[in-house]
Amino acid sequence: MKSYHADERGYYGEFGGAFIPEMLYPNCEELRQNYLRIMQEPSFKDEFHQLLKDYVGRPTPLYFAKRLSEKYNTKIYLKREDLCHTGAHKVNNTIGQILMAKKLGKNRIIAETGAGQHGVATATVCALMGIECVVYMGEIDIARQAPNVARMKMLGAEVRPATSGSKTLKDATNEAIRDWINNPVDTHYIIGSVVGPHPYPDMVARFQSVISEEIKNQLQEKEGRENPDYVVACVGGGSNAAGAFYHYLDTPEVGIIAVEAAGKGIHSGESAATSALGKIGIIHGSKTLLMQTQDGQITEPYSISAGLDYPGVGPMHAHLYASGRGEFISITDDDAMNAGMELCKLEGIIPAIESSHALAIFEDRKFNPDDVVVINLSGRGDKDLQNYIDYFKL
Amino acid sequence: MNRIKQKLQEDKKILSIYFTAGYPHLDDTIKIIQDLEKNGVDLIEIGLPFSDPLADGPTIQASSTAALKNGMNTALLFEQLKDIRKTVSIPLILMGYFNPVLQYGVEEFCAKCEEIGIDGIILPDLPLDVYQEEYEVIFKKHGLINVFLITPQTSDERIKDIDSASDGFIYMVSSASTTGAKQGFGKEQSDYFDRIADMNLNNPQIVGFGISNAETFGQATQKAKGAIIGSAFIKHLTENGVNGIGDFVKQIR
Repeated sequence: MKSYHADERGYYGEFGGAFIPEMLYPNCEELRQNYLRIMQEPSFKDEFHQLLKDYVGRPTPLYFAKRLSEKYNTKIYLKREDLCHTGAHKVNNTIGQILMAKKLGKNRIIAETGAGQHGVATATVCALMGIECVVYMGEIDIARQAPNVARMKMLGAEVRPATSGSKTLKDATNEAIRDWINNPVDTHYIIGSVVGPHPYPDMVARFQSVISEEIKNQLQEKEGRENPDYVVACVGGGSNAAGAFYHYLDTPEVGIIAVEAAGKGIHSGESAATSALGKIGIIHGSKTLLMQTQDGQITEPYSISAGLDYPGVGPMHAHLYASGRGEFISITDDDAMNAGMELCKLEGIIPAIESSHALAIFEDRKFNPDDVVVINLSGRGDKDLQNYIDYFKL
Repeated sequence: MNRIKQKLQEDKKILSIYFTAGYPHLDDTIKIIQDLEKNGVDLIEIGLPFSDPLADGPTIQASSTAALKNGMNTALLFEQLKDIRKTVSIPLILMGYFNPVLQYGVEEFCAKCEEIGIDGIILPDLPLDVYQEEYEVIFKKHGLINVFLITPQTSDERIKDIDSASDGFIYMVSSASTTGAKQGFGKEQSDYFDRIADMNLNNPQIVGFGISNAETFGQATQKAKGAIIGSAFIKHLTENGVNGIGDFVKQIR
């Protein structure tokens, strides 16, 4: 049977692999040779699941959104990742990776962050384990996301500004990779999404796969079946989507819908809709779809949501797009903001603007009344309050 | 015979200089190459600027950003270099990241290199296995030498694999670092230089990263065949433009 998971060399179809300079080879190789073995160890599994339960607050609820369902005349469930400790799904991965780092004997953690959510989730687990933490963040993002910078500092992390290139997420990622090149022995790099060289996309997807594992159990309880008709998630790099899709990838009767940020419109020049605008290339060590100039220079994406403005997309998603397994929809800033506000009014939940993109598909994408549609509500909107205030003039 | 191989047969230590094409000014490329040759440099690495140079430190990053801002791109560099063999005879290597080459088209890129008289290519983020499976045939067809990197962390076993995949020289990264990060060599480097020398590899090694003056050049080439200077030369260009290239080279050797 055709599989949509990574093969042993880290390829999803033609996407993935490890396009890294030799300086990174030993680091990635150490991880590649050990990650599956470590993840299978009972002591690792026990500690991972214990922390997810007692510290993160899992399982997160699968909530039947009654009023939203009535409005769009279909059965909508929300997977409540917004209720995770630190406010988003990101912590599932950082818990997994900090335990991985400990097993590998590392005593220093580095990470990149865009809006600061992954940075906060990394600083959190480093505080939990008493491990040194350095988070790279674009100089421009530091100015835009002051509360998250403060959170990381309170949690004991050092926030280092990335001042190169466009001074945003992709440059923070470059700086973290450079740090890893300069500190190859004692440091583990916690990548925040299903991007980067093999084995990162597969490893991060596996840590996030707890999302779809829970959906299966919870749906069985609520609907008497494990499989929804559709599972929907927003995609920047794509880690929450990878987790929500994971156990359904090879189940063709479950429709997979990935929602990208169209920004001000796909053809406005200010967009982050990588599937529509990207071409195959290499970014951060992975062969995938990415936004670039004709000359192969990586361009800067735009979205009102800081968590979706990555110029590439994880190789799993590139393959879902290219193979036609996934349906890709792009949502503008305006439609996302309105969908976010609608969820507040109908269900009493303030979603992260990233997740609002997934919620916005119902205006145009129609479903049957008895379809079961699961939306991964990847994060809560506290961090976006200023954006909501500015946008709606609250 | 490929000019790189010919040069490596000479009984001397090789001085190789890296610079970023399109920096400090868009049209400096030819003058820099000619001046380097005139002043006795043995080999030149012409950097193709990239928006996201992962393996480079701040100096080369800044030169790449500036070069792109100046308007440098792959097609333009080829255009600038089209008559280079009328005036320059030392080996020339193009060095860059894989994505711009992939977008240009690997086959077209290699064909263009052959047409111009480029002798070798260094793409740090094109991995050994992918090169061998997909691109080696193309590189060889166009007479291009692909240069691989090793670092102090590279295992002996992998160094042997890289040695047998190489056909020219091995780019020996002096320390676990990005370019331009370290100054001077310590015991760790001399142990590493000894270890590699003792392996008696088929391909000669040229040391790069951390070489900026006569002292470090001397240390690096005690055992190795040659050394590469990059960031220190970029700094020279930043401060002096294309003037005084001869003075820069003379203080190295």
